[in-house]
Formats: sequence, C-alpha cells, structure tokens
Amino acid sequence: MSSLAELRDARELLGNLVQREVRGKYKRSALGQGWSLLNPLAQVVVFTLVFSFFLRIPPDVGTDSGIRSFAAQLLCGLLPWAFFAGAVSGGMSSLLANGNLVKKVYFPREVLPAATVLSLLVSFAVELAVLLAVSLVLGGLGVLPHLVVVPYLVLCLTAFGLGIGLALSVANVYFRDTAQFVGIGLQVWFYLTPVVYSLDYVAQAGLEVLGQPVTTWLGLNPMTRFVEAFRAVFYDHTWPSATDLVAVTLVGAVSLVLGYLVFSRFEGRLAEEL
Amino acid sequence: MTDPAVVLDRVSKTYRLYSERNDSLKAAVMRGTRAKYREFQALQDVSLEIPTGTTYGLVGENGSGKSTLLKCIAKILRPDAGTVTTRGKVAALLELGSGFHPELSGRENVYLNGSILGLSRKELERSFDEIVHFAGIEEFIDQPVKNYSSGMYVRLGFSIAINVDPDVLLVDEVLAVGDAAFQRKCMEKFASFRAAGKTVVIVSHDAGSMRLLCDEVAWLEHGRVVATGAPDDVVHDYLEEGHEDRVQTDDGSRRWGSGEGVVDRVELLDAQGRPTTRVRTGDPMTVRLHWSTKERIERPVFGASIETLDGYYLWAHHSRDGRAVADAIEGSGYCDLVFDRVMLQPGTFDLSASLNAWDCQHVFDYRHRIVRFDVDEVLPRESGGPVALGTRWTLPTTS
Repeated sequence: MSSLAELRDARELLGNLVQREVRGKYKRSALGQGWSLLNPLAQVVVFTLVFSFFLRIPPDVGTDSGIRSFAAQLLCGLLPWAFFAGAVSGGMSSLLANGNLVKKVYFPREVLPAATVLSLLVSFAVELAVLLAVSLVLGGLGVLPHLVVVPYLVLCLTAFGLGIGLALSVANVYFRDTAQFVGIGLQVWFYLTPVVYSLDYVAQAGLEVLGQPVTTWLGLNPMTRFVEAFRAVFYDHTWPSATDLVAVTLVGAVSLVLGYLVFSRFEGRLAEEL
Repeated sequence: MTDPAVVLDRVSKTYRLYSERNDSLKAAVMRGTRAKYREFQALQDVSLEIPTGTTYGLVGENGSGKSTLLKCIAKILRPDAGTVTTRGKVAALLELGSGFHPELSGRENVYLNGSILGLSRKELERSFDEIVHFAGIEEFIDQPVKNYSSGMYVRLGFSIAINVDPDVLLVDEVLAVGDAAFQRKCMEKFASFRAAGKTVVIVSHDAGSMRLLCDEVAWLEHGRVVATGAPDDVVHDYLEEGHEDRVQTDDGSRRWGSGEGVVDRVELLDAQGRPTTRVRTGDPMTVRLHWSTKERIERPVFGASIETLDGYYLWAHHSRDGRAVADAIEGSGYCDLVFDRVMLQPGTFDLSASLNAWDCQHVFDYRHRIVRFDVDEVLPRESGGPVALGTRWTLPTTS
C-alpha cells in the first residue's frame, strides 16, 4: 500500500479518534465540555488572587487597547500555555493509554498522539473565543483586524506541542517514568514563561544573569515567543513582532520535524515494548 | 495463477527478554545506557508464500512463533530481517473489540473501530446495518458498550472486523466466540469469504479443525518452518510428533482416581492379536486394559471412551452397560473390549480407559487419552465426520 493512500485513510481515522477523545472525555459528567472552561477559570482566579491582590504585581497597560487587567493579561498567557502543556502530556501518554490497540491492530501509530493533541484544539478554540470576548469588552473592537494571525499562531503552537508530544510518546513507552520527569519539567517551564508576569515587568526590575538581562534569557524560551504573540493580539491589540512570528514559525516547524523523526526511529518495536 | 497474497522472505524476529528492564530513567542512569536483556529468536528465516484465494493454516505448539508470524503479516510487529509483502487490504482478528471506548455507544464505536481497521465512513455507512444485524444487537446499538455483555462485545467486534471485507483475513484462534448460533454464522461467513476467492490465514494449535478448514498448512516449530503442504500430511506429521511428546510428558493431570486398582496400560490388538496403533475402517480390534489392584475390588466396572483430537466426545462403553462385570478382582490381569468392526472414518483418535466402582460414581483410576490411534482409509470410504456407519450408495434409478 502506498504511503499516500495510507495517509488518506489515516485522515479519517484521525478524525474519528479526535471525536472519540472529545466525546469520551466528558461523557456522563453533568457539565460536559463546560469543565474545559472551568479549569483555566479556576487558575485565573487563584493566580489573580495571589499575584495581583496579595503580591500587588501591577498589570501592563495594553499598548493600543488601553486594557489594564491582570486577569486578562494572565489569560492571554495561560490559555496558550495550558494548551501546550496539555498537548505535551496528552501526546506523551497517548501510546501507553492505547497500548491495547497498538498491540492488536495495525494503523499508522502517529495518529494516536496527533488525535490527542488535535482533540485539545476543540477546547482551546472555545477558550480563545472567551478570551476574545474579554478582549472586546475591556479593549474595544481594536482586536478584530489582528485576529487573522491567530489561526497561524495556533497552528505553530500545535506543531510545537505535537512535535514534543510525538517524541515523548515513544520515550514514555521505553522509559515509563518519563511522565513523572516531564511533569516536573513542565512546572519549571511554566514559571520560566511570562504567564503570571510580563516581560516588561521583569525588564523593569533590571536583573542580570551571566552578564545578560534576564529578559534575554527568557526570550530564548520558545513559549515566551508564543505568549508574547498571543498577548500582542488579545491584550495590546497590535500585531505580534516580526521576531516573534519568525521564532514561532521556526520553533513549530523544527519541533514537528524532529519529533516525527524521533517517532519513526523508535516506533518499530512499540508493539512488543508496550 | 495470480500472484501470492502474502510473501514472507527470510523473515526473522527477535524479542528482547529483559532481565532487568530500564523502564525507569533512574535505572537507566544508574546502570548505564544499556538495559540487560536476552534475545529470544521468535522467527528464524521464515520464507512462505501464501497463494491468493487459499485458506492457509499455521500450526505449531505454543511458543512456536505462529502468532508472531501473524502479527508480522499484519504489520503490528516489524521483522528484524527479511521482508513481508502483502497484496490488498489486510485485516487481523487478533482481539475482538480492542479499541472500543466503553463510554461511547455501539453506533459510535462501530464507526471508530471500523476506521481503525481501515474502513472509510462511506463504506461503514453502507455496511452499518449489516454489521449490527450480524452481531444481533439492534436494540442495544445506541447504548454505551460498557453496558454490553461480554458476548455482545465480542460479537460486535467480530462483526465489524469481518465486514471490513479484506482481501487477506488473519485469524488467531478467536473463533470460539459467542453461542452456537453465532459460531454457525461465523463459519458461514468464512465459507462465503473463501468462496469469494479471499485469502484467509488461520493460526491454531487445534490441528483437528485445521485439517478440515485449510487448503494448505505450514507447521512451525521454534520459529522455523518444519513443513508446508497439504493439511492431511502436515497435520498428521505434526500430531505424530506431538504424540511422542505427549506420552513422555504424561503426568498426573491426565490421570485421576483413588488408586485401589489401576489401569496400568492399554494395548490395541489387531485381528491377529498383535499390538498396533493403526487400524483400517471396518477392521476388528481389541482393546486390552491391563489392570492391577492393591486390594480386592468387588464388582469392578471397566470403561473406555473415544474422543477426536479436538476433544469431541464420540463414544463410550463400560462393562456394567456391557453386562460383563466380575464378582471381584484381585492381583493383576487384563480385560478385553472387542470391536468386531471399527466404525470410524479415517483420522486420529484418542482412547481413554478407566476402572470404576459398581456405582460408576467412584473412580479408582481414570487414564485420560491413554492411547492414540490412527484409522486408515479403506476405499470406497464415507465422506465426512468422524464415524463410519457402513453405508453404501446405489446408482440412481429412473422411475
């Protein structure tokens, strides 16, 4: 069978598996998909309480929007981060979770991490719609023209998360405590990404590490680029900077290619290692 | 002749048997990068051609590599060396209903499972009713599958898999599913499958049914192909080999009873009174049960029964029904059961023997499958089934 035909068949399978994830996840829970919104909402409440109310970290002022809300600024970073983190950990455990399937049926295995990541897109889209509403209410219509770039940002972020998820999914089969390790890694990564704070706020503090401003180091973190880009659109109502756009494109493409290479290198023994 | 459906060319597959598995990062770091493992060669240089349109059997003992071979054909496992070439769509019946999502309804699972097996939505919509009808679960199709009985679960799984309409169907001893009616439906489906010129590859250690089902058989042992060819020859050789093993490994599990008297051995004697394990349909045969006792046994009842190789219970006769019960036995001796004519069709059969009390409830010694014997063909022969009834066709008469 040509790999092209296999890919075409797999597209349908991918669609069905995404549906399974989406429908199966909240089946028989009273709130259903509502849960996917409540989770970030709770986080926003907690972080706002701690960082804005207790610690008095002031929010930036949105460049073109004039928005001045810690919660909105937080949401702009938190939603992409939560999607990314979900994609990484969900993609990672997708092979183990479907071990029975892998051992008994043949189909292109990369469909499993891909389906998990894509299923998260559904709730991510809903969350972004809520963010858009917040942005419209607080900052006016200025956000609308810049929305065109959002699908592209989501695409790059998906590629980034999927690439890492693909690589980790096989790693997790061979080393079962990859999952624990990644859990800690994601936590550290979260605080090294300007989600609960902004780059500007850190820049004002003027800290230096190894002779470089801290912001330079934080700028090396790909997730900083994504968060900054989402913030530019939804908080500042401007275009993301060219550097950020180039960065997210590169990061997305490189991650996806590398992740796929790692995956195909190690997928051969999956059925017996599971 | 068309191209073969499946070609295996020098296929080898090695499993790693981990003595200390590095499945935690800590272990990997502490012990260096390499995990300790022994290699187990599941398949060695297997070359096979499975012709299109045949029903092909893979026989062998547990661990002979037949399931591994099937998984290599299904592409679930990737061989370490050699190539597997398949023509057309391949579907494997390895475990039915794997991939069902318990919370989703039967309907949703049909679409999901179907697409896992490679069916498009259109194809599924076309065969949806047939799938549900075949599984016989019309009323429950919108229920979550977690509420299904295990039988319904497996039936739905089988029904989807068989309706994938593959060119090559791989079956791994999963046919013992559902009730008798469903089994019959499955066998009919198989028959129509074969009639449609599709290729079926069956793995089983139940050699008896393989002989009837398959056009061609390959016998695997320790990951190598020992023989291929017509099922009668190959299965016969396979069973012969298994037979020798069986006698040597004859252990207590095949024998039970309180032991006051035992059946030491059983001899089969031909018409001239010579020991044999081979008779022809319609020949006379004597079964001689050699017994010995530890104490005097009042009114002992000797029993004998015959099973086919796949365990089908064909016949039994004990000496109480035979009205030949002695008042008592003591010491040792033998007891004969005479067949004037062995009314069995050609095949291989197992004879079990026992020594029981008069009530036929208490067993002194039961020797399960103590002797295996072959029945050879006499022409003209009767055509099917295990028993010969001594029938004879006449030429058609025009009235």
